[in-house]
Amino acid sequence: MDQILINLSLLAEFPIVNLKIILDGVMIGALFALAAYGLALVWGVMNVKNLAQGDFVIAGGYVAWWMTQQGMPPLLGVPVAFIVLWGLGWVIYKTVISRVIERDLFTSLLATFGLAIMMAQLLNLMFGSDTQSVALGYKTLYFFDGLIDVPVAKLIGVLMAATLAIGVILFMKSSRMGQAIRATAQDARAARVLGIDTEKVYAFTFSLNAAICGAAGAIIVMVWIIQPFYGITHSVRAFVIVTAAGLGNLPGVIAAGLGIGALEQYGAHIFGIGYQQAIAVLLLISVLLYRLIQQRRLRQSLQ
Amino acid sequence: MKKISALTGLMAGACMLMSQGSVAQECEELILGSAISLTGKYATNGIHAKNGYEFAFKKIAEHGGVKIGDKCYNFKAIYYDDESKGDRGATLAERLINQDKVQYMLGPYSSGLTKAIAPVTEKYQIPMVEAEGASRSLFNKGYKYLFAVLSTSEQYLASAITLAAEKAESAGGKASDVKVAVAVENDPFSLDIRAGVLEDAKKFGMQIVIDEQLPRDLSDMSAILTKAKLLKPDVLIVSGHSKGAATAVRQIGEQNLSVPMVAMTHCEAADVVGKFGAAANDILCSTQWAETLTYSDSIFGTAAEYEVEFKANYTEYEGKKVPYQTAQASAAVYVFKDAFERAGSLDKDVVRDAIAATDLSTFYGQIKFSEAGNNIAKPMVLRQIQDGEYNVVAPSAFASHPLNWPRKAQ
Repeated sequence: MDQILINLSLLAEFPIVNLKIILDGVMIGALFALAAYGLALVWGVMNVKNLAQGDFVIAGGYVAWWMTQQGMPPLLGVPVAFIVLWGLGWVIYKTVISRVIERDLFTSLLATFGLAIMMAQLLNLMFGSDTQSVALGYKTLYFFDGLIDVPVAKLIGVLMAATLAIGVILFMKSSRMGQAIRATAQDARAARVLGIDTEKVYAFTFSLNAAICGAAGAIIVMVWIIQPFYGITHSVRAFVIVTAAGLGNLPGVIAAGLGIGALEQYGAHIFGIGYQQAIAVLLLISVLLYRLIQQRRLRQSLQ
Repeated sequence: MKKISALTGLMAGACMLMSQGSVAQECEELILGSAISLTGKYATNGIHAKNGYEFAFKKIAEHGGVKIGDKCYNFKAIYYDDESKGDRGATLAERLINQDKVQYMLGPYSSGLTKAIAPVTEKYQIPMVEAEGASRSLFNKGYKYLFAVLSTSEQYLASAITLAAEKAESAGGKASDVKVAVAVENDPFSLDIRAGVLEDAKKFGMQIVIDEQLPRDLSDMSAILTKAKLLKPDVLIVSGHSKGAATAVRQIGEQNLSVPMVAMTHCEAADVVGKFGAAANDILCSTQWAETLTYSDSIFGTAAEYEVEFKANYTEYEGKKVPYQTAQASAAVYVFKDAFERAGSLDKDVVRDAIAATDLSTFYGQIKFSEAGNNIAKPMVLRQIQDGEYNVVAPSAFASHPLNWPRKAQ
């Protein structure tokens, strides 16, 4: 308790630290939002809750890391991870997801949970269990007497995340495939009646999700560290963000991502870094409670 | 390639036997058992340990094997993969003892796994010499059959506190003015380290300004480092396995944090020099063993010779340091050899008593067990990263280089 008070007084004493916390949080949140957006896509279109979401992120990170080990420029890892994970996503859709998509919730949860374990172990066998990261070697910008630091690498990461997000939004809005995906999400049967090949839409959506995660992972390896078993943390955050924002609410997903990033940082400052993730889960619980109360008020029944 | 080197090793061994003029005698096999992490999160270090065991078997065979009475034996081990999971480790230990009839065990990797397996070996009264479980909670349970060749974990970074006190006094200050920041992971090993640090800091009357626990899946500790910037501690202690070391070095560099002394564990495992270069300079790293130490024995030679020969046998370590996890695994096998020969018997209880009476000089350091089974004869070593090299700076008896202090932001 004392510690918490001391931490709060530090925030009051050095108000500029608040700015740093928010900046850090937003930079982290931008990357969470990417994986969460992919999850919202798959969830909304196919009604598959992909528990292997975080493992796609980590796989993308390893693709980028492996490339720099081969002497290629790190930034190239982002598009390459996008493409490689696209292919991986397609293979996984054809072999696993397409078989469970029509089944009930638990079958798809079990299948993707199994997938998550498999992927983590395979990454471990291929790359070892050491933590890995890629140092970009760019400078760090300092403001306010060094209290605020913005590593250029993080800035580039956020910019790439933003570019990717905007690209995906434009694609969903204006391309034929984007329209087909949205139509399938609204009503798969009606979409089929109108001549949309929903099987193709599903495969495309799942691949796109894997690719977005892969690119996010390639950025994450440049600003933090990855390890084969880190997938679960990214999965949890993606679920929290999507649950908080709701499906099909893209600005909501981005806002929730940034907000959770900042809230986590505040939590870490005030309650200690051990509680950083607890904040995300607490937020999930409060959103669920709020939703429940809201729905109770609107509950209607057919008599 | 490995086969060829193994063959040449065998031939060399045979030649030595003949040159010693002994009768060409077939050594019998002496089976040890080990559940060890070959997959899962401890796989990297589990394999380091297994390589250490295997290398020791080979070296001991080259030196004529284990001589018990007028017979000679060569060690051979049955390994099972515990998948880095405690319950799996315990099951496999049961299997080794009940189905494979193993009478002597080598330890698994990590304190957690050792904690899971020790009750099993204790139940069947099977002596286990372990080299990779450092938590002191292993040695307050009254185990009679558990022995560890390494220093227990509360000693890992406690010496950094002593060092900080020395430096403060030499700079004209008081040890009690030193401010300490501690950030450790919430697991048995790191909490031991924290306990050791806090105990020593209390002895000097130092002030603890930050005392936080890192989450298990840490990838961002900027919150702690920002606090460190505001509170200006004199010593920062970080322990969170490889991910803790990697995250700390990366973000200390990014945030341009200048704390006069930064000490952590697992620097090599995280390869902080290779990954972050100059950002890692002047950071203190604790280690159980370093190849520059002056220890030696008749089987492995000096610490430096161990390093060279091990690398020649395991080419995948080319261009890297041999991790201390490997060295201590070899030392554990050496303890068994020594104990078998002094016992002069294969009876597990006689062997157990012989292990308890061990007083052995090895390339890894002195080995002598306390009543509780931990090694009390070997100190922990602190190395500082100086221009990308790991140089021993403490304890002063083994120091090869002077300490760079205070550390500046790189």
